[in-house]
Amino acid sequence: MSTTVQPTKPWKASTQDRLIDFSIFAGSLLASYLIVEVTPMKGKLALFAVFFLVYMFLTAALKGLQRGNAAAKDALVNSLVAIGAIVTVIPIGSILFTVLQKGLPGIKPSIFTHDMSMATPTDPLTNGGLLHAITGTLTLVALALVMSVPIGILTALYLTEIKGRFIGPIRFLVQAMSGVPSIVAGLFILSAILYPITKSYSGFMGALALTILMIPTIARTSEEVLNLIPNDLREAGVALGGTQWRTVAMIVLPAAKSGLITAVILGVARIAGETAPILLLTGGGDRVNPNAFNGPMGSLPYYIWKSFNAGSPEAITRAWAGLLVLVGLVLILFTSARYLGSRKGAK
Amino acid sequence: MSNTPESENTMETAVRPSSLADVASSHNKVPGTRALGTGLETRGVHAWFGKHHALADINLDFAAGTVTALIGPSGCGKSTFIRTINRMHEFIPGAAMAGEVLLDGKDVYAPGTDVTKIRLQIGMVFQKPNPFPSMSIGENVLSGLKLAQLKVDNKDDLLEECLERAGLWNEVKDRLGAHGGSLSGGQQQRLCIARALAVRPQVLLMDEPCSALDPGSTLRIEETIRHLSDTMTIVIVTHNMQQAARVSDYTAFFLSDGGPGQMIECAPTSDIFSRPQDQRTENYVTGRFG
Repeated sequence: MSTTVQPTKPWKASTQDRLIDFSIFAGSLLASYLIVEVTPMKGKLALFAVFFLVYMFLTAALKGLQRGNAAAKDALVNSLVAIGAIVTVIPIGSILFTVLQKGLPGIKPSIFTHDMSMATPTDPLTNGGLLHAITGTLTLVALALVMSVPIGILTALYLTEIKGRFIGPIRFLVQAMSGVPSIVAGLFILSAILYPITKSYSGFMGALALTILMIPTIARTSEEVLNLIPNDLREAGVALGGTQWRTVAMIVLPAAKSGLITAVILGVARIAGETAPILLLTGGGDRVNPNAFNGPMGSLPYYIWKSFNAGSPEAITRAWAGLLVLVGLVLILFTSARYLGSRKGAK
Repeated sequence: MSNTPESENTMETAVRPSSLADVASSHNKVPGTRALGTGLETRGVHAWFGKHHALADINLDFAAGTVTALIGPSGCGKSTFIRTINRMHEFIPGAAMAGEVLLDGKDVYAPGTDVTKIRLQIGMVFQKPNPFPSMSIGENVLSGLKLAQLKVDNKDDLLEECLERAGLWNEVKDRLGAHGGSLSGGQQQRLCIARALAVRPQVLLMDEPCSALDPGSTLRIEETIRHLSDTMTIVIVTHNMQQAARVSDYTAFFLSDGGPGQMIECAPTSDIFSRPQDQRTENYVTGRFG
């Protein structure tokens, strides 16, 4: 007779524990429902708040009775952490759900192949599309990336590698810049470049404003990432006869790569949906414009804004579809950047 | 060592190739090594961190092809001293130094000296293994060539030779493309030694290379050091006196009496351990303090 030892997980909650947990859950749900009914507090929010308080109190009390004071505190903090996570996730989930629900009816293959040059927002959905807005947003983001990534990362390198004399003022300026409202960046380009020099709307003007917004995000995040790279690696590079520049380029930057990609992603996240400077600077064309340096250029935030303003049901559906496309676009950009960063990092 | 007359500093007779490219193509006794040169000397080296005087008046001669161990309690300036030799000291903000470090009779601090060339001739292995995380094992070994923009004819031969000399070839020859970080601590340190060898230094500085390693890895690295000393001058900082006794030809004892660190005594290793001249050295090597 052979006895086989079954793998067990003694650290997991037993059925009895789970039953108790569940009854506390159900009990506090019931209790909070009753409390909401008999008091003037009304609505789902009140129910949720009361439920959470009751649940927190009951769990803490029970653990306290079972295992003493420390366990009660532990349960209390556990509940608080859980509520924090839930409160964070609910709005995100709600936004995504609403955008999907209202945007999906407006998604048709034809909107990805047509622009609005031959249609108005109040036309039926079969007319026109948002091709010009997608190409416009991609162009704006690409231009802003090309300008802000080198400047942002070089700024971070100045702060972490060169550690020059102006490190204090530059760090202060970068921090101050990250608080600049986007409309200010837009007005700056408008008054400093568009009115006095180019005198015409173009995608490039919008990209310039977006660059101003993006540089501080990239520079600050990159600085934090580069500061995490151990100094040992820099010393090893220099001790092998590398100049400081080659050590940075060959060792520090590759070691920081995934963090730098995160910095760029955060920068794109800052600007992808930016509307105010776009309204001021790009002119918001309705036609696909391949030339970013001349003529009005559409963009998704502009398209959404314009469609909502038109007000008819068709136009509102267009706007939601535009929102969905924008969210999808940002998601695609993020996942591909993450993928690029991780695959090469793991090689 | 320290009792060598200074007049024997024969820089005129120093025979060494003028550039790395010459070395790569010339035929040395052992393939892939630089000519030994005439060794390394320090003359009145002081070091400061800001106002703190860390090291005072170090005069040491390191004869070509010898292993010299630097021993002494923590904070006596051993690491600072070897970092002045390959000019890594200057990376610390507020650092200052005085004196001369003569490599083949030429002061590495002389104006106009190309500091990256100095560091190619004087390699360094650090206390903590620090392979480059973004590179594979093979790329790590050859990274010095890329960093210093050197050309070699046959990279594969150089790779194998350096790993062989560092005692790591047999363990990694089937996975040269794997991450340097996937190796054990002892293997990583030998990888760092191989990396330092690839640029063919004539002096190798080792800053407590075994302090983070297990006894087995320590043994392997000590074997490597003994083996390397045929072809280069080695200076090793160690807290382990048995290690100093095992690997070194000469031992220098450093001590700080609350002020700057000083070199108390330097002699053949057997003399330092059996009949030290200075009472403080004797106290230290017999374990009475430190």
